[in-house]
Amino acid sequence: MRYTLILGFILFMIGLWAMLTRKNLFKIVIGFSIIDTGVHLIIVTIGYLSGKTAPILDKLVTPANAVQKVVDPIPSALVLTAIVIGLAVTALMLSYVVRLYKRRKSLSIEDYRELKW
Amino acid sequence: MIKRLLIIVVIILLIVIFLPFMKNVILKDSLNELSSGYVEKSVSDLKTANIVTAVVVTFRGLDTLGEVTVLFIATAGVGLLLKRKKGEKSKKSDKRPASEILQTGASFLFPLTILFGVYIFLHGHLTPGGGFQGGVIIASAFLLLLLSNINFQFNHTVLHWVESLSGAFYVLLGLLGLILLGSFLNPKFLPLGTLGTLFSAGAVPLIYSFIGLKVGSELSNILDSMRGAEE
Repeated sequence: MRYTLILGFILFMIGLWAMLTRKNLFKIVIGFSIIDTGVHLIIVTIGYLSGKTAPILDKLVTPANAVQKVVDPIPSALVLTAIVIGLAVTALMLSYVVRLYKRRKSLSIEDYRELKW
Repeated sequence: MIKRLLIIVVIILLIVIFLPFMKNVILKDSLNELSSGYVEKSVSDLKTANIVTAVVVTFRGLDTLGEVTVLFIATAGVGLLLKRKKGEKSKKSDKRPASEILQTGASFLFPLTILFGVYIFLHGHLTPGGGFQGGVIIASAFLLLLLSNINFQFNHTVLHWVESLSGAFYVLLGLLGLILLGSFLNPKFLPLGTLGTLFSAGAVPLIYSFIGLKVGSELSNILDSMRGAEE
């Protein structure tokens, strides 16, 4: 069991807890960001092979021994994608919060009961 | 009280679900078939030193196109939500201007940050980095200007043209690969060069530069919308 896996899991749980318990809309968005970070950490950990190095060729990682020396490049590429998407989605959520505040002058989730289940 | 209890139950249940996963995760000590295929191909076929770049731009190029689309839609959404009404655009803010030190420091750092961002996306196929990272660095340079100068205005025509043209050229490069070599986003229509030099990897640096410009202008757009919202 890798420690980064546990760390990512803990971050995911902290983010979920923040999203479920906090009342302030900004704090809910921050909770989402923390979940995001946890998921990235878990994906990167899954692609990591112990004792190997980043998938970039240089003096030590030559074309001949690249396959034996590097970690899995696919999860890294996926996380690269996920970080940018996470950033864009966070920006979109924050602008929703700003818009809601302008409309209702309140940041508490309790004042928005339309979508309550 | 009941709500809080429910939340705790939900979290404990999630832990119970995921814990066996974490305990039984199989730690590989070698690459699987797909990954080793990607590593070999990006070295021999594409001459791309950064294998992650080869995966992002070429092997999974369609994913990246989708990602750029998602980013574009998110930017459009932010712009729509935080739209300023016409007329209040030219409102002078009554805030104090930033101090001399901040202004001088920002105008000194701005060109250097832009240069660094361009360097990051031009060398995306050689070093850690690429279009997305370079674009974010460029947007952070604009953030520096926004923070230090309260009357700073983006030139929206330039911003929109850069964004649209870089997106269009990205798709055009993909179509060029389709026409010349028979597969979408195939970068091998340009000479491949030697591994590890700036002019290598076919059209990969070109594609990543367009991605960098697009991401940079889109994120600057988001920053501009958000700045407009606070007034």
